[in-house]
Amino acid sequence: MLTKRIIPCLDIKDGRVVKGVKFLGLKDAGDPVEVAKIYDKEEADELVFLDITASFEKRKTLIELVEQIAKNIFMPFTVGGGVGDIADIRNILNAGAEKVSVNTQAVKFPQLISESARRFGSQSIVVAIDAKLVTSHQSPVTGNGQETGDPSTRLGVNRRPLDSARGKQETDKWEVYINGGRTPTGLDAVDWARKVAKLGAGEILLTSMDYDGTKDGFDIKLTKAITEAVSIPVIASGGAGKPEHFSEVFSKTSADAGLAASIFHYQEYSVRQVKEYLRSKEIPVRL
Amino acid sequence: MIAIIDYGMGNIHSVNKALQVSGAKTLITNKAEDIKSCDKAVLPGVGAFDDAVLELKKQNLIEPILEHVRNGKPFLGICLGMQLLFDESAEAKKEKGLGILKGKVKKFKHSHDLKVPHMGWNQLKIIGACPLLRDVPENSFVYFCHSYYPDPLDKGVIAALTNYGQDFAAIVWKEKIFGMQFHPEKSQSIGLKMMENFVNLC
Repeated sequence: MLTKRIIPCLDIKDGRVVKGVKFLGLKDAGDPVEVAKIYDKEEADELVFLDITASFEKRKTLIELVEQIAKNIFMPFTVGGGVGDIADIRNILNAGAEKVSVNTQAVKFPQLISESARRFGSQSIVVAIDAKLVTSHQSPVTGNGQETGDPSTRLGVNRRPLDSARGKQETDKWEVYINGGRTPTGLDAVDWARKVAKLGAGEILLTSMDYDGTKDGFDIKLTKAITEAVSIPVIASGGAGKPEHFSEVFSKTSADAGLAASIFHYQEYSVRQVKEYLRSKEIPVRL
Repeated sequence: MIAIIDYGMGNIHSVNKALQVSGAKTLITNKAEDIKSCDKAVLPGVGAFDDAVLELKKQNLIEPILEHVRNGKPFLGICLGMQLLFDESAEAKKEKGLGILKGKVKKFKHSHDLKVPHMGWNQLKIIGACPLLRDVPENSFVYFCHSYYPDPLDKGVIAALTNYGQDFAAIVWKEKIFGMQFHPEKSQSIGLKMMENFVNLC
């Protein structure tokens, strides 16, 4: 039986892990290969490496890093962040990643999805969607997004209070944001999900901007809306704080995988603990 | 020495490293004479079927592969490399496969209950005594990432099945020819076990 996947996500800058991974006994918590090895041992199902390196010249470091990871761990991983064109995708895949995740460029040039899916196969192409709830009296606005230029605000700006995000009824709409959550696009997230699936994306990495960082659980309504709209796998992201949150998203939606960062990095819970909990709830996992 | 055939279709590093940690000496190559001089060969591959066949043709690799197989030397196709062993693929618009094994490559029919691609960890139902599955337990999990699967004409070549909406051939095996639809090089210790079994084949 195909199992639900648990995926730790690592932010990478200039070839180093950022956003403090705090593993006990790890000599160099900034070394992506060392961190990846730990997750490999814990039998994480996949890893996602999100490159937040700003400068173009340093992108070479990313390719070298992907090669290093592929040489040291024998598990699947996805690389995303700043992927610009077909050459980027080819370089990352050839260096040893299973999948490449595209976000901003896919919104700007949707043919990047169709062209890369044709060349490398749908199974290699993940479209990351950062979505944020739109209040009911407000339709998705046309993006006039200003770059703040500050990567620390990634997925952080414009977040409305959670209670208003959660109070919405059946008229819920979510807007797609790009440039690391800084720029609204005016695109409806459900429509965009349908479109990327049609263009040949093999998977959607769905991040709820409203829930990201809250540790209050995944955005069930958003995840449900997207998974019901497409028949490609969906990774739910944003809000995981404890094992119960994973069982909630897997039992209430047809999400295929759950992604999280801090709860694993700070060893609040191990991947294994989350999986053991899921198994106790009869959700299929690989253990 | 194991030849890893590098024809420009996807990830060579992981396969190479997985074979090396399994004790093999490897040679990444796209040269006919290298394939000839090696006692085993691996055909990896990610991407489109047509593009893969065109690359093999362009780099004059088809005849060396067929010769390797004719000489009874162990050969392992992984993912697209497995699909290429067959006659044809639903994905292909122009090109035929290598025809080393009889059968077609088909596409999963997606539905509300069956998402395509088939992506993630799924289990093997072992059939027969394939030497690559020595010490691999029934129901072992391996990593899949594909939309197409091979449907061998001769069901006798199926060494392991996986269920995804239906049973499909996850491993095929005929004499010294092996194919894996999943990624052994990405399937952690159990995948490495299979690689090791391939390395130790006589």
